[in-house]
Amino acid sequence: MGKPKTIVEKIWDQHVVHQEEGKPDLLYIDLHLVHEVTSPQAFEGLRMNGRKVRRPDRTFATMDHNVPTIHRNVIKDQISKTQMDTLQENCKEFDISLADIHHPDQGIVHVIGPQLGLTQPGKTIVCGDSHTSTHGAFGALAFGIGTSEVEHVLATQSLWQAKPKTLNVKVNGKLGQGITAKDLILAIIGKYGVRFGTGYVIEYTGEAIESLSMEGRMTICNMSIEAGARAGLISPDQTTVEYLRGKRHAPKGEQFEKAALAWKNLASDPGASYDATVEIEAAEVEPQVTWGTNPSMCIPISASTPSPDSATTANGKDEIKRALEYMGLEAEQPISSVKIEHVFIGSCTNSRITDLRRASEIVKGRKVNPSVRAMVVPGSFSVKAEAEKEGLDLIFKEAGFEWREAGCSMCLAMNDDIVPPGERCASTSNRNFEGRQGNGARTHLVSPEMAAAAAIEGHFVDVRKLGVPTA
Amino acid sequence: MEPIRKHTGLVYPLNRDNIDTDQIIPKQFLKRISRQGFGQFLFYNWRFDNDGAPRDDFSLNYKQYENASILVAGENFGCGSSREHAPWALQDYGFRVIIASSFADIFYNNCTKNGILPIQLTGEQTQKLIDRSESEAYTITVDLENKRVYGSDDFSATFDLPAYQQEMLLNGWDEIAVTLTHENKIEQFEAQETKY
Ligand code: SF4
Repeated sequence: MGKPKTIVEKIWDQHVVHQEEGKPDLLYIDLHLVHEVTSPQAFEGLRMNGRKVRRPDRTFATMDHNVPTIHRNVIKDQISKTQMDTLQENCKEFDISLADIHHPDQGIVHVIGPQLGLTQPGKTIVCGDSHTSTHGAFGALAFGIGTSEVEHVLATQSLWQAKPKTLNVKVNGKLGQGITAKDLILAIIGKYGVRFGTGYVIEYTGEAIESLSMEGRMTICNMSIEAGARAGLISPDQTTVEYLRGKRHAPKGEQFEKAALAWKNLASDPGASYDATVEIEAAEVEPQVTWGTNPSMCIPISASTPSPDSATTANGKDEIKRALEYMGLEAEQPISSVKIEHVFIGSCTNSRITDLRRASEIVKGRKVNPSVRAMVVPGSFSVKAEAEKEGLDLIFKEAGFEWREAGCSMCLAMNDDIVPPGERCASTSNRNFEGRQGNGARTHLVSPEMAAAAAIEGHFVDVRKLGVPTA
Repeated sequence: MEPIRKHTGLVYPLNRDNIDTDQIIPKQFLKRISRQGFGQFLFYNWRFDNDGAPRDDFSLNYKQYENASILVAGENFGCGSSREHAPWALQDYGFRVIIASSFADIFYNNCTKNGILPIQLTGEQTQKLIDRSESEAYTITVDLENKRVYGSDDFSATFDLPAYQQEMLLNGWDEIAVTLTHENKIEQFEAQETKY
């Protein structure tokens, strides 16, 4: 046997098309996901140069960022409509499958890839979207690219990539009762900051990671980019295999068993070495709430906002001061005292069926606080249908939540779902940047359970006081 | 893509860490389907108030930086969203060089595909550039061939960047055309893949 390898090295070695001294490797791309916002200029580039899409069969498009979530046919914003129409025309011209807003496969690109079984272990997957890291949950090497790279992949099905360094994020022990994958990834970023993953591919390992569901793993890998890493992944195991069994694009019958074996062999070998390792104790993680304007500005629900004096550098002090000011918070204010006006349960981080099930358990039999406007935006058409079959929509609606069509919605507020200036939102999404949910909007990132609890109470509260979901 | 070899320009200092691409170009401007015309929206929410009037407390609006073509910032410049609209906006506004103490990976790549030169210097070096350009009109020269930055005063620094990206920027190559010279290898790869 040769030297033990990490999963990243194994996938890399299987995808190198061309290697040359002093150059990055030319890496083959197995799956290219496309959406309406970052693709128009890429297709335009192809047209200008008379180029074709090399592998339409490995390219899959959907509409998610701009789509209306109240009435599918009412797109108020003409420019949004043009962008969606443009994708439709481009997919037709270049012969690419498209799940448009009326298609039963439509949804957020990072929700539908796994659901359809397009996302598989060992694949190289790209999309003009930084949260492509989500697909790493399956043991795929998946990363976000810019529009020039989208054009490059469309034309050549490959990318020039320098072999990345690997970073092992090891989560020791078990998560406590009622602690979610979202709390864990926020705690990791809270501890190590928004740039510790820059230049690396993260592999998440350890007992707490292995015991997560695929949905939980997707939540973790989704936020790798918030730690600076373009990609984050988890070695495939039986949980991965069982999730993919029977999915539309997964192999069938005997072929599936063969594939399953190959997938499990991709797992990092015992004793494989990483360029860096960081560790965190799962038992220490509490429910998390972000207080500031980047995801590392986060604290446990039992804690208070920091004071600028706690920073060691001038830029650091200034950053805390500006964040508190933007968020309309005082230094050393208990986060549980902070009142909210909006709740958003959705986004590629937390809009899958298990997220909705767990949130619904908190909501069931209770009412949304009268001062709060709360909404659930399922991640895909099929998540919505499944939730409705289980009656989750009724639980949410009875409590006073709005129940919407699938899309990115208030995660980035490119459609009509906007948080007004100065108002505050408990959101299950992944970015609390200034203006992310609307100009002047104040975003606090939390888990779906914590968002549900905040909707009921009207302020942040430890969800464990309202009960621990079993789903 | 326009080649870049040597560039001399006025420095604009933006002394902040973790400037994300949502700030560089807010989402409401991502709906256009061309690559042009994004400069007017650069740092929109910082540059303009709620009525769309320029804010006089944001330094990019100061007269002294009107013709700046080199932006200098702190750590982790360009983090967050992969939107290439960010380098398009910077370039369209007139920036050719971005200097920072560190960059986010996707943004760095996106710059090099658009003829913008991203230069990583140490925290101490960027601080010097920031201090000098905050107090006076400060011009520096960037020499990509020799990977050097020098000021109109005693400032001088060297930087590193991967050879491949250096060559792309120096020559302004069309990367797809380069890749297509390896098309036979892509075909070979596709022919030998395992299929399930
Ligand atoms: S849900 Fe939000 S983060 Fe995810 S792809 Fe859509 S806009 Fe991006």
